[in-house]
Amino acid sequence: MSTLPVKEREPGRLEPTAIGGVLVREIINFSSYWRSTTFSSTVEPTIYLLAFGFGFGSLVAIVGGYDYIDFVATGTVATAVLFSSIFPAMFGTFIKYKFQHTYDAILAAPVDTEELVTGEALWLAMRASVYGCAPLLVGLIFGLEPSWGMLAVPAINFAAGFGWACTGVAIAGWLKGIENFNYVTSAVITPLFLVAGTFFPLTGLPGWVQALAQLNPLFHCVQLVRHAAFGWEGWADVWNFAFLIIFGLLMWRVAIAAMERKLID
Amino acid sequence: MPSAVHALELSHVVKRYGEITAVNGLDLVVPEGSCVGLLGPNGAGKSTTMRMLTAQTIADQGQITVLGHELPADSKAARARMGVVPQLDNLDTTLTVEQNLVVFSHLYRVPKAKRKAAVERVLTIARLGQRRDSKVDELSGGMRRRLLIGRALIHQPQLVLLDEPTVGLDPQVRQELWALIDLLRSEGVSILMSTHYIEEAERLCDSVTIVSHGSAVAVGAPTDLVAEHAGREAVEIYGSPERLAEVEAEMAKEGFPTRRTGTSVAVLGLDDASGRAPAGERRSTNLEDVFVLLTGEEIA
Ligand SMILES: Nc1ncnc2c1ncn2[C@@H]1O[C@H](COP(=O)(O)OP(=O)(O)OP(=O)(O)O)[C@@H](O)[C@H]1O
Ligand SMILES: [Mg+2]
Repeated sequence: MSTLPVKEREPGRLEPTAIGGVLVREIINFSSYWRSTTFSSTVEPTIYLLAFGFGFGSLVAIVGGYDYIDFVATGTVATAVLFSSIFPAMFGTFIKYKFQHTYDAILAAPVDTEELVTGEALWLAMRASVYGCAPLLVGLIFGLEPSWGMLAVPAINFAAGFGWACTGVAIAGWLKGIENFNYVTSAVITPLFLVAGTFFPLTGLPGWVQALAQLNPLFHCVQLVRHAAFGWEGWADVWNFAFLIIFGLLMWRVAIAAMERKLID
Repeated sequence: MPSAVHALELSHVVKRYGEITAVNGLDLVVPEGSCVGLLGPNGAGKSTTMRMLTAQTIADQGQITVLGHELPADSKAARARMGVVPQLDNLDTTLTVEQNLVVFSHLYRVPKAKRKAAVERVLTIARLGQRRDSKVDELSGGMRRRLLIGRALIHQPQLVLLDEPTVGLDPQVRQELWALIDLLRSEGVSILMSTHYIEEAERLCDSVTIVSHGSAVAVGAPTDLVAEHAGREAVEIYGSPERLAEVEAEMAKEGFPTRRTGTSVAVLGLDDASGRAPAGERRSTNLEDVFVLLTGEEIA
């Protein structure tokens, strides 16, 4: 068999071609299941939005200076991003590793674990960036005022989604069995989800909870989206965004380390 | 470009998993353009060896060179020019045959202009042109295996690793795959193939390395190995289990190796036996005799 002309450039790290290959695989796969994923990723936050927005909204009209429905519409953007990145990352990674042996096939190709994890996280971040806009769109239908700042929401979603996707990959790499995912969901994700200022402002909570919330990436994401919609708050938002970036980079390295440990023996 | 006389070379390679030594000082060479068989019983370390060649398993000791690249440091460059057929099917089952190949044409960096042709080429080689739009889930076991092999050829690799390519398939499908592997051989692709089907190794391999407990116990062309370890002819002696045990003891005393095959004992190594050869049914020796003799394990 004649050999294809090989470009004899020594392959380096984080090559776009390798990451692109991982993305192509995800995109082609997505074409076979996008309906169900899109349904659950958009309908779920919409239900939260409607239930809380109208349910609570009938009791409390104004929260933190905003119409309650607007408050929740902006808050659930962050939730939608979280759910559409961390869960697919946890389950998808585990299934592809354990049951389908997909990663064995990919790592036998000229793709390193680092590129594999990066490709998977980028893909989920892109998806989360789009799905995360659903609550905002629903909010707009229900009377949320459009603003220029909202155009930044996909970028905010992408940054947060990347961090959550890496967190999900790291969890899947860390845990031995899929049944252990329940512990993580109950002990980590649910508290993060509740103490982020999504459905109620944190000002009513004890001081120490408010302090802890500062470490919650979801909180920073909620803040950013709200400020994007209602008006930026200068350095506070620079810090919010910086926090998401630091979170993303940190979890990216953690995810790579966890998967290297799992995939290379 | 690194020049390589050997497509791959392992020397004194050791891999341990806790208490288990999966690979124990293995030496192995695949000369460029030849097909080498890695023959060994279950747990001999064949798959572990294969995984080390793609740096998915990292050796504890020893040197590994693949296509002129030192592993594990340089493994990515080696992987780019090598095709891998794993023991466990890892196709994307929800994708179609064609989609599987398209994905791998990207992962293996087939240039954009050549991707379509590469996919078509593999569909032809694997004889799956008619089934290009079928989901992998809908394929028969033999078709899946052809796709798995075809997928490894998408980038026209110089070296192909096949880990038990025909295990669990019926004889007819197995022969189809042999034809496919033979085609690669004739095109000058270097091949390392693990198997525990003796006939497969006899037919396809220029040379075999018999492994037992992680190290090579014999290396050579199948016919040479047979001549060296089993002689030209074997004598099969049938009888009751007690009689067979007696024969084994007698032959051990005479210095002839024996092999128990259920209802008989085969006496081997009789080339210089002249008058001392026992009476019994004569047959020609084969690689299976050598395998059993050297690994102490019957073929499943
Ligand atoms: N990841 C691992 N962790 C622990 N032990 C392992 C691991 N991989 C392989 N082993 C052990 O190493 C030994 C060699 O296994 P290997 O899979 O290489 O054998 P093999 O020759 O491919 O066998 P088979 O013919 O059954 O496929 C076995 O004892 C196996 O249990
Ligand atoms: Mg094996």
